[in-house]
Amino acid sequence: MSVQTTEYTVSEIRSPASFITSRVFIYGALVFWAFICLFPIYWTLTTSFKSAVDVTQGHLIPFVDFQPDWKGWRSLGLSPDSIFQTSTVRDEFFKRFMNSVITSVGASSLAIVIGSLAAYGLTRYRYRFAWFKNEDISFFFLSQLILPPVVLALPFLVLYREVGLLDTRVGLILLYTLMVLPIVIWIMRDQFNSIPVELEEAALVDGLSIWGAFLRIVMPIALPGMVAAFILAMVLCWNEYFFAALLTSTDAKTIPVMVASQTGSQGINWWSMAALATAAIAPLAVIGIALERYLIMGMTAGAVK
Amino acid sequence: MAAATLGLLATIALEIQYKTDTGAIGFETWRPVVYAYVLWGVAIGIGQVLTRGEDGQRALFLLPALLFTIAMVIFPTLFGFYIALTDWNLSSFSGRRFNGLDNFWQMLSDPYYRNALFNMVLYVLAVLVEYVIAFGLALLLNAQIRARKFFRVVFLMPLMLSPVAVSWMVGKSLMEYRFGPAATLARHLGWENPAFFSDPITARISIMVLDAWTFIPFMMIMLLAGLQAMSREILEAARVDGANAWQTFWQVTFPLMLPVSVTAVILRIIFKLKLADIIITVTSGGPGGATDSVSSFIYREYRDRSNVGYGTMLAMAYLVIIIVFVTWLLKFANRFVRNVN
Repeated sequence: MSVQTTEYTVSEIRSPASFITSRVFIYGALVFWAFICLFPIYWTLTTSFKSAVDVTQGHLIPFVDFQPDWKGWRSLGLSPDSIFQTSTVRDEFFKRFMNSVITSVGASSLAIVIGSLAAYGLTRYRYRFAWFKNEDISFFFLSQLILPPVVLALPFLVLYREVGLLDTRVGLILLYTLMVLPIVIWIMRDQFNSIPVELEEAALVDGLSIWGAFLRIVMPIALPGMVAAFILAMVLCWNEYFFAALLTSTDAKTIPVMVASQTGSQGINWWSMAALATAAIAPLAVIGIALERYLIMGMTAGAVK
Repeated sequence: MAAATLGLLATIALEIQYKTDTGAIGFETWRPVVYAYVLWGVAIGIGQVLTRGEDGQRALFLLPALLFTIAMVIFPTLFGFYIALTDWNLSSFSGRRFNGLDNFWQMLSDPYYRNALFNMVLYVLAVLVEYVIAFGLALLLNAQIRARKFFRVVFLMPLMLSPVAVSWMVGKSLMEYRFGPAATLARHLGWENPAFFSDPITARISIMVLDAWTFIPFMMIMLLAGLQAMSREILEAARVDGANAWQTFWQVTFPLMLPVSVTAVILRIIFKLKLADIIITVTSGGPGGATDSVSSFIYREYRDRSNVGYGTMLAMAYLVIIIVFVTWLLKFANRFVRNVN
């Protein structure tokens, strides 16, 4: 106990009773909020194994309340007994899934490349385009964050129709890049600012060119920041619905749009809906658990000076 | 090289000429113009390096992002202002017609749009409640607890999940009137008739709750980073001076956290102003447009009526309002932080 006392405050040691109540309160609140965060996920997952009766009667616990069944997954063509049979729904699902993967990875990569370059330039050199200085250019990039998607949506709808990019993955990639670019620049600027300039100066003395110094010396150091920005951008693109719903119809439809359009003629098939929702959120849940450190790093960039 | 870029510029101009004259040797779509723009950008880059040497190499860092953003933002926005002044309806055959400020006058007398704007005020105010909860959670995570990493991952989860999938499974199923567990729970707590989305006020609150569930982790993480960056000595000093936990929080922690708080709240408000997907999927604006945000209203204006001209006018008006509001907010926040410290 004497070792631990340094961790707790003076007042807590003075009255062990209030110490215990505060512990109970803290853990109670933590568990309560964890329940709020997890229950919807639990509900989604279990509903995908329910049959119609179990859904409408609000059964909650598998094996106690209801007998799990592959119904939802079978309708997606992903249950054990239907996985080797042909299934149009499954083909459709994989097509949408690949669309989501390609658009979000493509947009994030593009944003990382042009965003990091711009962020590096802005932190290291002084620019002047007409009367625009560095601060103005930075502000111009970051101010894109304010721009609501709805302002661009309709003009883009018309423009994409003219250009032939409507309902294509390239069109979506370009828009998503625009959407995450300010965030990438924000994170990477913070990242490059934390790298001492002396490193590059030494590299330049050693005969590397400006780009050589950037690619060989700075890039490897900034890699964690890039990963963080990439993952955050991925999450945003994967979950994006507004543009995808407006600008895609048959070819480039992404997972969120597919999820949103699942109303059958006889109401909603909750089990297949839940299976689809589970499949849509699973990749990100895995990323969230595995790469939580990078996510937090990305979100807190520049927040704390 | 400068000549080459000039030449490319000229070809773009030429193609635009072809297209607007709708004849001669024009292309099927405008796509060649896009290619020409990309080529032009590349040529500018090469030209910069060749003519200006080292300076050109420096400019090359910034050019791609700049050219990309200008092409993707400035041009469509200007184009949007033009569309806003037409009565363009994609489902009618008459094509677009310039009608000046008609859309604007129509907007001023549109009760649904006013209602959507009013809703945005309410939704933005809800950010303050979210902030309080997020701050509480950040304090909890910053306390001496076991399994901190576990709780942090769990608390972060909602932010990762697709709002559309979540709003289906939570908004439409968990809060479903007949069998949803949330409705059952509400019945047990004494709410006779737990219909979350049929009464305008309850529906708005339900939307706020759904949105808060998704975005509280975002503020929480920022505030947690702020708490962890605070030096322990100051807190220790406060305790030595005999301050209790409550006083320490209000007189030390909270003022020190103010800059981080302001950043978190402003970022959150900016995200909130884009709120659309949850409303579109859960209530599609109902009951009777009561829960509409501006974005979801414009979305439906297009989806149901293909009314591009009017929708764009609404969006442009919204953009102006947002820019004014955010500029004011930043100024106000700056002064606020300076006054307190």
